[in-house]
Amino acid sequence: MYAVRKWSVSRARFLVAAYNKLEGVLTALDALWLKIGYDRVEKPITFIERHVKGFLFDCKMCGQCSLRDTGMSCPMNCPKELRNGPCGGVRSDGRCEVKPEMRCVWVEAYRGHQLIGEESSILSVQFPVDYRLKGRSSWLREVRKKRDKEFYAQTEPE
Amino acid sequence: MIFSDEPTAGENLTILPGHVSPGRLERVLRAGAFAVTTELAPPDSADPLEVYRRAEMFDGAVDAINATDGSGANCHMSSFAVCALLSRKGYSSVLQISCRDRNRIAIQGDLLGAAAMGVANVLCLTGDGIQAGDHPEAKPVFDLGAMTLIKTVKTMRDENRFLSGRSLDTPPQLFIGAAANPFAPPLDFRAERMASKIEAGAQFFQTQYCFDIPVFKEFMQRAGDLGLLDKAYVLAGVGPMASARSASWIRDNVPGIHIPDVIIDRLLGAGKKQKAEGRKICVEMMQQLKEIEGVAGVHVMAYRQEESVKQIVKDSGVLGDRVPWHPGQDVTT
Repeated sequence: MYAVRKWSVSRARFLVAAYNKLEGVLTALDALWLKIGYDRVEKPITFIERHVKGFLFDCKMCGQCSLRDTGMSCPMNCPKELRNGPCGGVRSDGRCEVKPEMRCVWVEAYRGHQLIGEESSILSVQFPVDYRLKGRSSWLREVRKKRDKEFYAQTEPE
Repeated sequence: MIFSDEPTAGENLTILPGHVSPGRLERVLRAGAFAVTTELAPPDSADPLEVYRRAEMFDGAVDAINATDGSGANCHMSSFAVCALLSRKGYSSVLQISCRDRNRIAIQGDLLGAAAMGVANVLCLTGDGIQAGDHPEAKPVFDLGAMTLIKTVKTMRDENRFLSGRSLDTPPQLFIGAAANPFAPPLDFRAERMASKIEAGAQFFQTQYCFDIPVFKEFMQRAGDLGLLDKAYVLAGVGPMASARSASWIRDNVPGIHIPDVIIDRLLGAGKKQKAEGRKICVEMMQQLKEIEGVAGVHVMAYRQEESVKQIVKDSGVLGDRVPWHPGQDVTT
């Protein structure tokens, strides 16, 4: 929902802290996930992630979350799905060229980025989206990446 | 400016030491000359003569010609084809690539093809949204964006491989350009965004229309502070407005164009001579922009007024005594 999405950007700093906590918990449970099997927990965790992030950010489940670096404004809501900053078409009042009824997700991202501060690297150049990851859990991917570098070497650029 | 090895039409120049491309635009910029580029609107036609006729209008006034890629999301002859035709005559062209209509497989193929056809410059754009054009029912692609497109060209050129990792036999030697819009929100983020594009691989910039000199100056100041002007060439966008009415229409309907009220009022004040006033404003903008620290050239976008470009460039005097190469010009060394 658009209103919730804007609220989330305003609480960007808090949400980053909350996510860090969550990532800590998920990482701590690594042994458990391993026991059940990462592929088997994928489904229920993806279910939770889709609903939580869908509510807060209008998440599109691209499977390669960059919210921390985009001020908690989901770049996949950009009609051009730009993940590296705003296009030149942003209207003078900060609204989107394609969908004038909403503010540019990158104008929002910049607002969130300023709230988060150092921990956000909004200027780092992101790779093109890997569409194979669409619909999969980003949370689990982050945790799994830590323990299983080789597994993700295939889908992780460079 | 004439180089000792000016082209035989259709053949590439040699790549000078320290250069990345065989193109004349890179040579002019690196030689420190004030460059002028312009934009050719591709015809709604399959006739190559139509392309040549449009290019001829710029002879002796410009260093390179951009071929737009479905600008405003309207369908025209492809940028790729226009550039290939221009290369046959020896013109220096800038291939505009928009991410709206093609995915990364098509784009990488085009980059190889364009370089093979003698194209030396590429302008990496995200592209206008399809809502702006004549096919709003089309599927927008946006597989890449401007930033990832720049990185893609650089990867192919410098790492000699496709994004997939598969290696190339001969990489495309392209001078990488990007767009900058100093006038769109978030304003205080625009110079940083240019920095990101440079980091991704951009070597020259062509900006959106500059009608607001104070905002542009601030942008250039910030870019200078970030050390960007040593790393990339900035060509400021300019263009004649045909009338106050068309300027208002452009401001309201073309994404990303900022025209201050003073300009529109000035056009209105010119009464019946609005077209001439529009050109005069353009000439003045070019002269003022040339004085701004770090501006390496101007990019003249004269949509539907292409015939006026030559005179505008002449009146502005920004080229000095320099006459850019054009087909048929006697080559002296």
